Amino acid sequence: MSGIPHDHYEPKSNFTKGVESRLPIIGLLHTTLTAPTPKNLNWMWIWGIVLTFTLALQIATGIVLVMHYTPHVDMAFNSVEHIMRNVNGGHMIRYFHMNGASLFFLAVYIHMFRGLYYGSYKAPREITWIIGMLIYIMMMGAGFMGYVLPWGQMSFHGTAVITGLFGAIPFVGESLQTLLLGAGAVGQPALNRFFSLHYLLPFIIAGLVIVHIWAFHSTGNNNPTGVEVRRGSVAEAKKDTLPFWPYFVIKDLFALAIILTVFMAVVGFMPNYLGHPDNYIPANALATPSHIVPEWYFLPFYAILRAFTADVWVVQIVNFLSFGIIDAKFFGVLAMFGAIFVMALAPWLDTSSVRSGRFRPMFKWWFALLAVDFVVLMWVGAMPTDGIYPYISLLGATYWFAYFLIILPLLGVIEKPLTPPATIEDDFNAHYGPKTGGTAAKPAE
Amino acid sequence: MSHADDHQGTRRDFIYYATAGAGAVVTGAAVWPLVNQMNPSADVLALASIRVDISAIDPGTQLTVLWQGKPVFIRARTEEEIAAARAVDLSDLPDQNAENENSVVGADASDENRALSEDGVWLVQMGICTHLGCVPLGEQGEFGGWFCPCHGSHYDTAGRIRKGPAPRNLLVPVASFVDETTIQLG
Repeated sequence: MSGIPHDHYEPKSNFTKGVESRLPIIGLLHTTLTAPTPKNLNWMWIWGIVLTFTLALQIATGIVLVMHYTPHVDMAFNSVEHIMRNVNGGHMIRYFHMNGASLFFLAVYIHMFRGLYYGSYKAPREITWIIGMLIYIMMMGAGFMGYVLPWGQMSFHGTAVITGLFGAIPFVGESLQTLLLGAGAVGQPALNRFFSLHYLLPFIIAGLVIVHIWAFHSTGNNNPTGVEVRRGSVAEAKKDTLPFWPYFVIKDLFALAIILTVFMAVVGFMPNYLGHPDNYIPANALATPSHIVPEWYFLPFYAILRAFTADVWVVQIVNFLSFGIIDAKFFGVLAMFGAIFVMALAPWLDTSSVRSGRFRPMFKWWFALLAVDFVVLMWVGAMPTDGIYPYISLLGATYWFAYFLIILPLLGVIEKPLTPPATIEDDFNAHYGPKTGGTAAKPAE
Repeated sequence: MSHADDHQGTRRDFIYYATAGAGAVVTGAAVWPLVNQMNPSADVLALASIRVDISAIDPGTQLTVLWQGKPVFIRARTEEEIAAARAVDLSDLPDQNAENENSVVGADASDENRALSEDGVWLVQMGICTHLGCVPLGEQGEFGGWFCPCHGSHYDTAGRIRKGPAPRNLLVPVASFVDETTIQLG
């Protein structure tokens, strides 16, 4: 399976020989677990394991929550309270599931920005990147639909706003929104189908995760230098890599233990910190909460949605050129989905010959600005829509698009990158002393 | 290649295309019910019209009722509100359309075209912001009408959009007076 030369599994006993000749599953597991992995991976390469763990956590806690939950408009809110008050350990299981979603998105954002900085999206890893983006979109769908299920005020009116996004599409929007909701407004049909899809999506995500891993096992992992593993022979590849088991498994589990310690503290001591009190009020169609805010992990894209109002000149030009078909509302929707789409196009927008940001002196600063931009958008997405905030969101949204559509393509032309080390082995030896397998006189960093 | 082979090839091709075509039609026929089941069911569609008693609504107050799962604002407007709504220059309005299902298509957004009663007292409209569907708050905003807290859309006392991201005036649903104190929606 792996593109990097490695030792293949040889069954020894009669039993394993027999199994392997009928179903080569032991070899498949062996190859996957011992995949040659660049030995210079830093701590930013642990988030994949965190994400895999979180997916398992969400599926496990989700399945048991469903044993007590009722997807009906009259009973959903009470069944969640039933889980919180009556079900044995139910409050902890729900808090794990609730905060698990936050851990999931925190990890995926760091994982994505890791990929953006070290050029993990660049050839030959475009398919890994695209599958990752698909997983991210599925996660957003699952996260949104899961938030609807407790049927609180935020659930209800958040659903009205988000399905309203589809209503903004010209010509077919209204019918599409009705099709999604199963009625003219948010109600029982919507709750029931969101429950069904919320149960389905994690399994689609799990399938995509397997394809994601398959893809980067075929190309090999990227690494902080962006230099490829040498593939001339098994011996050569072994100088650049170590097997995933046990080296990286132990490292990743150590990191996971630290992250879970913080996670447990959040779940145990401040389980509602990331939520909104309004969602503990049962849904009421007659009153919208005074301040509708999505969960924190949607805020950057929510800010982009709100940034493009009718008084922005770009919106006015597009509106005029499309004969009024693309109004401010639809423009905002296009911008929000576009912000994710341009990120998916990064492999083709980045023209630089060097992969890793470590060797790109100008890129580093633009990338840092993008990370700041993301945080600013997240902050402004939770702010009201008057005063200075609309200008900040517009500025933030503009930079987001400028980074992907202008800066990434241009940098490849005007930037003079540094020379990366010739091999991963050289990079490793420059950082680690003989005790840890390198040759550097004293360990740097 | 002989004539016989050629002939047979054509027949084979026809069978391939016919089979593939039939397969596509059957697949479509099988998938359509799976999509169509998501559309509103018969009981949802059945709740088409309701009657509302408006005798208890004093001028300057509003009754909000649920109709087809959506809030409807029924407001008895004061003289000042009517005067303010009728004083607006129509060219200042972002949405020039009455958005009234009871009036003729293309009617302008004058207050007369939106109010349910001739004297302008009764204004009936969907309580759903035309931006993304939140419920606007009454007697708020810069124009004294409605204000949507979600994304800051301001509506005037005739429910017309004046400022903010919403593209259209609040929609006026099909409504009529059954008698002096009863309004029928739908």
